[in-house]
Amino acid sequence: MGQGTGIGRVRGLGSAKHGSHHWIVQRLTALGNLTLTLWLLFSILTLTNYEHETLAAWLSQISVAVPMILMLISIFWHLKLGMQVMIEDYVPDTALRLIALTLLNFYAFAGAIFGIFVVAKLAFTGVAS
Amino acid sequence: MSQNKSRPLSPHLGVYRWGPAMLVSIVNRIVGNALATVGALVLLWWLYAVSTGPEALDYLKSWFDFYYLGYVVLVGITWSFFQHLFGGIRHLVMDAGAGYELTGNKFWSIMTFVGAIVATGLVWAYIFTNMLEG
Repeated sequence: MGQGTGIGRVRGLGSAKHGSHHWIVQRLTALGNLTLTLWLLFSILTLTNYEHETLAAWLSQISVAVPMILMLISIFWHLKLGMQVMIEDYVPDTALRLIALTLLNFYAFAGAIFGIFVVAKLAFTGVAS
Repeated sequence: MSQNKSRPLSPHLGVYRWGPAMLVSIVNRIVGNALATVGALVLLWWLYAVSTGPEALDYLKSWFDFYYLGYVVLVGITWSFFQHLFGGIRHLVMDAGAGYELTGNKFWSIMTFVGAIVATGLVWAYIFTNMLEG
Protein backbone atom coordinates (compact mmCIF):
# COMPACT_ATOMS: atom_id res chain seq x y z
CA MET A 1 0.00 0.00 0.00
CA GLY A 2 1.44 3.36 -1.06
CA GLN A 3 1.59 6.47 1.12
CA GLY A 4 1.39 9.02 -1.68
CA THR A 5 -1.68 9.85 -3.71
CA GLY A 6 -5.24 8.92 -2.74
CA ILE A 7 -5.52 6.34 -5.47
CA GLY A 8 -2.15 4.86 -4.49
CA ARG A 9 -3.30 4.25 -0.93
CA VAL A 10 -6.39 2.26 -1.92
CA ARG A 11 -5.16 0.53 -5.08
CA GLY A 12 -5.18 -3.24 -4.77
CA LEU A 13 -7.37 -3.36 -1.67
CA GLY A 14 -10.49 -4.33 -3.58
CA SER A 15 -14.07 -3.32 -2.89
CA ALA A 16 -15.37 -2.90 0.67
CA LYS A 17 -18.50 -4.72 -0.60
CA HIS A 18 -20.99 -2.26 0.81
CA GLY A 19 -20.72 0.54 -1.73
CA SER A 20 -24.25 0.03 -3.05
CA HIS A 21 -26.05 -0.18 0.30
CA HIS A 22 -26.93 3.53 0.52
CA TRP A 23 -28.10 3.52 -3.09
CA ILE A 24 -30.25 0.39 -2.69
CA VAL A 25 -31.92 1.59 0.53
CA GLN A 26 -32.68 4.96 -1.07
CA ARG A 27 -34.55 3.10 -3.86
CA LEU A 28 -36.37 0.76 -1.45
CA THR A 29 -37.55 3.65 0.72
CA ALA A 30 -38.52 5.49 -2.49
CA LEU A 31 -40.87 2.61 -3.32
CA GLY A 32 -42.19 2.73 0.25
CA ASN A 33 -42.80 6.49 -0.05
CA LEU A 34 -44.42 6.07 -3.47
CA THR A 35 -46.97 3.57 -2.15
CA LEU A 36 -47.63 5.12 1.27
CA THR A 37 -47.80 8.81 0.31
CA LEU A 38 -50.26 8.03 -2.50
CA TRP A 39 -52.32 6.09 0.07
CA LEU A 40 -52.23 9.16 2.35
CA LEU A 41 -53.19 11.54 -0.47
CA PHE A 42 -56.22 9.52 -1.58
CA SER A 43 -57.16 8.78 2.01
CA ILE A 44 -57.19 12.51 2.87
CA LEU A 45 -59.03 13.50 -0.30
CA THR A 46 -61.84 11.01 0.37
CA LEU A 47 -62.51 12.34 3.90
CA THR A 48 -65.81 14.22 4.16
CA ASN A 49 -64.30 17.18 6.03
CA TYR A 50 -61.13 18.24 7.84
CA GLU A 51 -62.66 18.96 11.27
CA HIS A 52 -60.76 17.64 14.28
CA GLU A 53 -63.38 15.03 15.19
CA THR A 54 -63.27 13.48 11.71
CA LEU A 55 -59.46 13.50 11.50
CA ALA A 56 -58.94 12.06 15.01
CA ALA A 57 -61.46 9.24 14.39
CA TRP A 58 -59.82 8.53 11.05
CA LEU A 59 -56.22 8.54 12.39
CA SER A 60 -56.98 6.29 15.40
CA GLN A 61 -58.04 3.36 13.21
CA ILE A 62 -55.54 0.48 12.89
CA SER A 63 -55.92 0.65 9.09
CA VAL A 64 -54.73 4.29 9.17
CA ALA A 65 -52.33 4.46 12.15
CA VAL A 66 -50.24 1.50 10.95
CA PRO A 67 -49.63 2.73 7.37
CA MET A 68 -49.06 6.24 8.79
CA ILE A 69 -46.29 4.93 11.07
CA LEU A 70 -44.81 2.91 8.19
CA MET A 71 -44.92 6.05 6.03
CA LEU A 72 -43.10 8.08 8.72
CA ILE A 73 -40.34 5.46 8.91
CA SER A 74 -39.99 5.34 5.11
CA ILE A 75 -40.10 9.13 4.69
CA PHE A 76 -37.59 9.96 7.43
CA TRP A 77 -35.23 7.20 6.33
CA HIS A 78 -35.40 8.43 2.73
CA LEU A 79 -34.96 12.10 3.64
CA LYS A 80 -31.97 11.23 5.83
CA LEU A 81 -30.29 9.48 2.88
CA GLY A 82 -31.23 12.23 0.43
CA MET A 83 -30.11 15.16 2.59
CA GLN A 84 -26.91 13.25 3.41
CA VAL A 85 -26.05 13.22 -0.31
CA MET A 86 -26.77 16.94 -0.58
CA ILE A 87 -24.53 17.73 2.41
CA GLU A 88 -21.73 15.50 1.12
CA ASP A 89 -21.92 17.20 -2.30
CA TYR A 90 -22.23 20.84 -1.24
CA VAL A 91 -20.40 21.17 2.11
CA PRO A 92 -16.69 20.83 1.29
CA ASP A 93 -15.38 21.78 4.77
CA THR A 94 -14.78 18.59 6.77
CA ALA A 95 -15.74 20.00 10.18
CA LEU A 96 -18.89 21.74 8.91
CA ARG A 97 -19.85 18.59 7.02
CA LEU A 98 -19.52 16.47 10.16
CA ILE A 99 -21.67 18.93 12.12
CA ALA A 100 -24.28 19.06 9.35
CA LEU A 101 -24.44 15.26 9.11
CA THR A 102 -24.74 14.95 12.89
CA LEU A 103 -27.61 17.47 12.99
CA LEU A 104 -29.25 15.66 10.07
CA ASN A 105 -29.17 12.39 12.00
CA PHE A 106 -30.67 14.07 15.07
CA TYR A 107 -33.40 15.62 12.91
CA ALA A 108 -34.25 12.39 11.06
CA PHE A 109 -34.44 10.23 14.20
CA ALA A 110 -36.19 12.84 16.36
CA GLY A 111 -38.71 13.62 13.61
CA ALA A 112 -39.55 9.98 12.96
CA ILE A 113 -39.91 9.13 16.67
CA PHE A 114 -42.01 12.26 17.35
CA GLY A 115 -44.38 11.41 14.50
CA ILE A 116 -44.68 7.75 15.49
CA PHE A 117 -45.27 8.73 19.12
CA VAL A 118 -48.12 11.19 18.46
CA VAL A 119 -49.88 8.75 16.11
CA ALA A 120 -49.52 5.87 18.58
CA LYS A 121 -50.64 8.06 21.49
CA LEU A 122 -53.83 9.02 19.69
CA ALA A 123 -54.51 5.44 18.59
CA PHE A 124 -53.92 4.00 22.09
CA THR A 125 -55.35 6.66 24.37
CA GLY A 126 -57.54 8.94 22.24
CA VAL A 127 -57.71 12.72 22.49
CA ALA A 128 -57.35 14.21 25.99
CA SER A 129 -60.55 16.11 26.75
CA MET B 1 -3.90 13.09 1.21
CA SER B 2 -1.67 14.82 -1.29
CA GLN B 3 -3.32 16.24 -4.37
CA ASN B 4 -1.67 17.89 -7.33
CA LYS B 5 -3.38 21.28 -7.60
CA SER B 6 -2.48 21.65 -11.28
CA ARG B 7 -4.50 18.59 -12.35
CA PRO B 8 -7.59 19.44 -14.39
CA LEU B 9 -10.97 19.42 -12.64
CA SER B 10 -14.05 18.08 -14.34
CA PRO B 11 -16.09 20.93 -15.84
CA HIS B 12 -18.86 22.17 -13.55
CA LEU B 13 -22.47 23.19 -14.22
CA GLY B 14 -21.58 26.50 -15.91
CA VAL B 15 -20.13 24.94 -19.04
CA TYR B 16 -23.16 22.85 -19.99
CA ARG B 17 -26.09 23.95 -22.13
CA TRP B 18 -29.25 23.57 -20.07
CA GLY B 19 -31.66 20.84 -21.13
CA PRO B 20 -34.77 19.19 -19.64
CA ALA B 21 -32.84 16.17 -18.29
CA MET B 22 -30.46 18.44 -16.39
CA LEU B 23 -33.29 20.57 -15.08
CA VAL B 24 -35.37 17.61 -13.82
CA SER B 25 -32.30 16.28 -11.99
CA ILE B 26 -31.48 19.50 -10.13
CA VAL B 27 -35.15 20.31 -9.47
CA ASN B 28 -35.57 16.81 -8.01
CA ARG B 29 -32.86 17.66 -5.49
CA ILE B 30 -34.32 21.05 -4.64
CA VAL B 31 -37.91 19.86 -4.14
CA GLY B 32 -36.65 16.76 -2.36
CA ASN B 33 -34.88 18.89 0.21
CA ALA B 34 -37.89 21.20 0.48
CA LEU B 35 -40.09 18.19 1.23
CA ALA B 36 -37.51 16.83 3.68
CA THR B 37 -37.57 20.08 5.68
CA VAL B 38 -40.80 22.09 5.23
CA GLY B 39 -42.92 19.14 4.05
CA ALA B 40 -41.86 16.77 6.83
CA LEU B 41 -42.22 19.44 9.55
CA VAL B 42 -45.73 20.41 8.40
CA LEU B 43 -46.68 16.71 8.34
CA LEU B 44 -45.42 16.29 11.93
CA TRP B 45 -47.19 19.47 13.06
CA TRP B 46 -50.45 18.27 11.50
CA LEU B 47 -50.18 14.79 13.11
CA TYR B 48 -49.37 16.42 16.46
CA ALA B 49 -52.38 18.77 16.15
CA VAL B 50 -54.78 15.94 15.28
CA SER B 51 -53.38 13.85 18.14
CA THR B 52 -53.50 16.71 20.67
CA GLY B 53 -56.96 18.20 20.18
CA PRO B 54 -59.26 20.71 18.46
CA GLU B 55 -57.42 23.79 19.79
CA ALA B 56 -54.08 22.62 18.38
CA LEU B 57 -55.70 21.93 15.00
CA ASP B 58 -57.52 25.28 15.03
CA TYR B 59 -54.18 27.00 15.59
CA LEU B 60 -52.68 25.17 12.59
CA LYS B 61 -55.72 26.12 10.50
CA SER B 62 -55.45 29.78 11.59
CA TRP B 63 -52.40 30.04 9.32
CA PHE B 64 -54.71 29.60 6.33
CA ASP B 65 -56.25 32.99 7.21
CA PHE B 66 -52.87 34.68 7.64
CA TYR B 67 -52.54 36.16 4.11
CA TYR B 68 -53.37 32.71 2.69
CA LEU B 69 -49.92 31.57 3.88
CA GLY B 70 -51.20 28.06 4.70
CA TYR B 71 -52.49 27.64 1.15
CA VAL B 72 -49.27 28.92 -0.39
CA VAL B 73 -47.21 26.47 1.69
CA LEU B 74 -49.57 23.54 1.07
CA VAL B 75 -49.79 24.15 -2.68
CA GLY B 76 -45.99 24.39 -2.69
CA ILE B 77 -45.71 21.09 -0.83
CA THR B 78 -48.24 19.46 -3.20
CA TRP B 79 -46.30 20.61 -6.29
CA SER B 80 -42.96 19.58 -4.73
CA PHE B 81 -44.48 16.22 -3.84
CA PHE B 82 -45.65 15.50 -7.40
CA GLN B 83 -42.44 16.85 -8.94
CA HIS B 84 -40.37 14.59 -6.66
CA LEU B 85 -42.78 11.69 -7.28
CA PHE B 86 -42.56 11.90 -11.09
CA GLY B 87 -38.84 12.74 -11.01
CA GLY B 88 -38.36 9.75 -8.70
CA ILE B 89 -40.31 7.41 -10.97
CA ARG B 90 -38.14 8.63 -13.87
CA HIS B 91 -35.09 7.77 -11.73
CA LEU B 92 -36.39 4.26 -11.01
CA VAL B 93 -37.07 3.64 -14.73
CA MET B 94 -33.56 4.82 -15.63
CA ASP B 95 -32.08 2.70 -12.81
CA ALA B 96 -33.70 -0.28 -14.52
CA GLY B 97 -31.71 0.65 -17.65
CA ALA B 98 -34.56 2.11 -19.72
CA GLY B 99 -35.26 5.58 -21.11
CA TYR B 100 -31.79 6.68 -22.23
CA GLU B 101 -32.72 7.37 -25.89
CA LEU B 102 -32.27 11.11 -26.51
CA THR B 103 -35.78 11.92 -27.75
CA GLY B 104 -37.55 9.70 -25.22
CA ASN B 105 -35.43 10.97 -22.34
CA LYS B 106 -36.15 14.59 -23.28
CA PHE B 107 -39.88 13.89 -23.67
CA TRP B 108 -40.26 12.20 -20.27
CA SER B 109 -38.10 14.85 -18.57
CA ILE B 110 -40.55 17.51 -19.79
CA MET B 111 -43.48 15.27 -18.84
CA THR B 112 -42.40 15.18 -15.17
CA PHE B 113 -42.90 18.99 -15.07
CA VAL B 114 -46.19 18.86 -16.98
CA GLY B 115 -47.42 15.96 -14.84
CA ALA B 116 -46.53 17.69 -11.57
CA ILE B 117 -48.34 20.91 -12.52
CA VAL B 118 -51.41 19.06 -13.83
CA ALA B 119 -51.61 16.77 -10.77
CA THR B 120 -51.23 19.72 -8.38
CA GLY B 121 -53.98 21.56 -10.27
CA LEU B 122 -56.30 18.54 -10.14
CA VAL B 123 -55.81 17.98 -6.41
CA TRP B 124 -56.50 21.63 -5.51
CA ALA B 125 -59.39 21.90 -7.96
CA TYR B 126 -60.90 18.88 -6.21
CA ILE B 127 -60.33 20.38 -2.75
CA PHE B 128 -61.78 23.81 -3.67
CA THR B 129 -64.79 22.23 -5.42
CA ASN B 130 -65.54 20.23 -2.26
CA MET B 131 -65.05 23.30 -0.07
CA LEU B 132 -67.54 25.31 -2.11
CA GLU B 133 -70.10 22.48 -1.98
CA GLY B 134 -69.53 21.75 1.70
